[in-house]
Amino acid sequence: MNQHLLSVLVNNHPGLLSKVSGLFSRRGFNIESLAVGVCEKPGCSRMTIVVNGDERVVDQVMKQLDKLIDVLEIERLPTEEAVQRELILVKVRADIRQRQDVIQIAEIFRARIVDVAALGLTLELTGTDDKLSALISLLEPYGIEQIMRTGLVAVRRF
Amino acid sequence: MITGAQAIVRALEAEQVTTVFGYPGAAIMPFYDALLDSSVKHVLTRHEQGAAHAASGYARSSGRTGVCIATSGPGATNLITGIATAYMDSIPLVAITGQVVSSLIGSDSFQEADITGACSPFTKHTYLVRRAEDLPRIVREAFYIASSGRQGPVLIDIPQDVQTAFCPVPGPAEPDLPGYRPALKPDVAALDQLADRLVQAKRPILCAGGGVISAGASDALRRLAEQLDLPVVTTLMGIGVLPAGHSHYLGTLGSHGVFAANYALHQADLVVLAGARVGNRAMGSAAEIARHAQIIHIDIDPAEIGKNITTDLAIVGDIHLALDGLLDRRIAIRHADWLAQVQTIRDDAEFDAFTESPSSVVHPPTLLHLIGEACPPDTILTTEVGQNQIWAANFFPVRQPRTFISSGGMGTMGYGLPAALGAKVAFPDRTVLAVSGDGSLQMSLQELGTIRQEKAAVKIVLLNNSRLGMVHEMQSLKYKRYSQVFLEENPDFEYLALAYGFGYACLSSNDQIRTAVDAMLADPRPYLLECIVSPQEPTLYPRKKGSA
Repeated sequence: MNQHLLSVLVNNHPGLLSKVSGLFSRRGFNIESLAVGVCEKPGCSRMTIVVNGDERVVDQVMKQLDKLIDVLEIERLPTEEAVQRELILVKVRADIRQRQDVIQIAEIFRARIVDVAALGLTLELTGTDDKLSALISLLEPYGIEQIMRTGLVAVRRF
Repeated sequence: MITGAQAIVRALEAEQVTTVFGYPGAAIMPFYDALLDSSVKHVLTRHEQGAAHAASGYARSSGRTGVCIATSGPGATNLITGIATAYMDSIPLVAITGQVVSSLIGSDSFQEADITGACSPFTKHTYLVRRAEDLPRIVREAFYIASSGRQGPVLIDIPQDVQTAFCPVPGPAEPDLPGYRPALKPDVAALDQLADRLVQAKRPILCAGGGVISAGASDALRRLAEQLDLPVVTTLMGIGVLPAGHSHYLGTLGSHGVFAANYALHQADLVVLAGARVGNRAMGSAAEIARHAQIIHIDIDPAEIGKNITTDLAIVGDIHLALDGLLDRRIAIRHADWLAQVQTIRDDAEFDAFTESPSSVVHPPTLLHLIGEACPPDTILTTEVGQNQIWAANFFPVRQPRTFISSGGMGTMGYGLPAALGAKVAFPDRTVLAVSGDGSLQMSLQELGTIRQEKAAVKIVLLNNSRLGMVHEMQSLKYKRYSQVFLEENPDFEYLALAYGFGYACLSSNDQIRTAVDAMLADPRPYLLECIVSPQEPTLYPRKKGSA
């Protein structure tokens, strides 16, 4: 099953997100992630959607999305032509004895330490899926309290 | 300054709406008050679902956008089946609902329902109106969206305070829809290719769906078929594209279609799908057909291309333009031998179903055939869903587009009676028949009251077999026993007809058919013709079955 990257420009209307997500669920499309935020066009948002499926599925996803009147543009981003990033926040348990070890791992990954407490640390890391997954697996032995990922965001290269 | 409610009424007038179907309630009262000062006719149905179906019947018979109106909460949710039915069959509909006042939205207030959320799977678009000054543009956009591209329903939900708020007297409204660009002009190169393939093919066939009727392209399709001697089959939604009895017309496809149509589709080496979405009831074995034939798909909705069948060549755009483009190319070939071959099969199979039946019952195929002979060619026929629908589709001679009105995609029981009302309101001078079964008639029975109030002389042909005939037939074939299909304590339909001021007659044998039908047609009142049908009468006739 292949992953496909879609960049979708939408009208920033209330209810738009449910129209998009409803479309995916009722047509049985398998969605890996969806990230959305306001963009350079006033009144608009841009979504990055990662879809699992074969060519036929991604073709249908694009056509069905296009039928939504609040969807203004749909662009399929080939992986090699896209700058892709994802941000992760990881709350990892680390007491005073383990803290240095965790800080060392963070440094290797160039992760930022955004919160420190007696019980543990919160790390922030931006990167590709591979890099984020590697960090998570190295932190797992210390005990991960919570993970929050933004989902992939991507833009086409100049 | 005018109120939002007045702005809606003016916007409807600007769309040249003459008739709307609806049911009032608290949250839509400002609109109903403003409607009193308008020439727009309002038909008060007995249930909101009836309003949506009637608007759909009005739209399908006339080609104009149907309008239905309901209040918030239960009024709005009662519209849903009608909206979904219209969506599945791509019928242009604008549904207007009242909503609780803006400040109460989200508080679970009295008669509040998230109708825009609930309807988004079944509509082309929904609006929740926030400001009265947006109403003229939104109504303009709703009609534009509903009636253009692949047609369908649009919902406008209007909070009560938006209806009472003041706004400037609107000028002409323009749609502002950068995200809506319906495809229109078909690709010239693709049409050239199709023309070539029509020349090269040995056994080409045209398969027409409801899209041909919506596009007003039936005549163009007939001319193309006649020019090239192409056999034509239709889906249920395409019935009427060619008149019954046309030399090139083989009949309806599908599990309950006619043998010749399914046979020809399986023999073809080139299938031109025109405005047909390859639903599973019409083409259950789409993959198999695509293996032995080239599939050319003409559709206005790009999302239909490749959705249910693998396509060799796609032509996206208006079917009328596509067919005109093909006619303009003056393709110089005739497939007369192939046509003759399938015509023979059609003519041999014809009237297979017209067998002797016991004298105590009416034989539905014979009945529908004879009604067809007695009725004028512009007669509009609606059906319910079930056996009555299949008999009507296969045996009533439909002679014009937009005269066969049936819930094709959704298969909604209770559709036919209100749809017939809508058609009769659109065409008061034409004969409108509502073919129904005793099950489905009772799903919209309350609309008898609307028909009476409107003095709409709808002629109901009730095929009464005291059961849910289609489910009964399927249970008989599949399970060999019956579960919850018997309607043994049906009402006395004669009393029912009399209660609503309908004319009435009961038919229980074939030899009285013509007399009874003539009497029904001559009666100026709405009419209920109850026909006693054998519970064993099948829709799938025991013969070499074309599986499609």
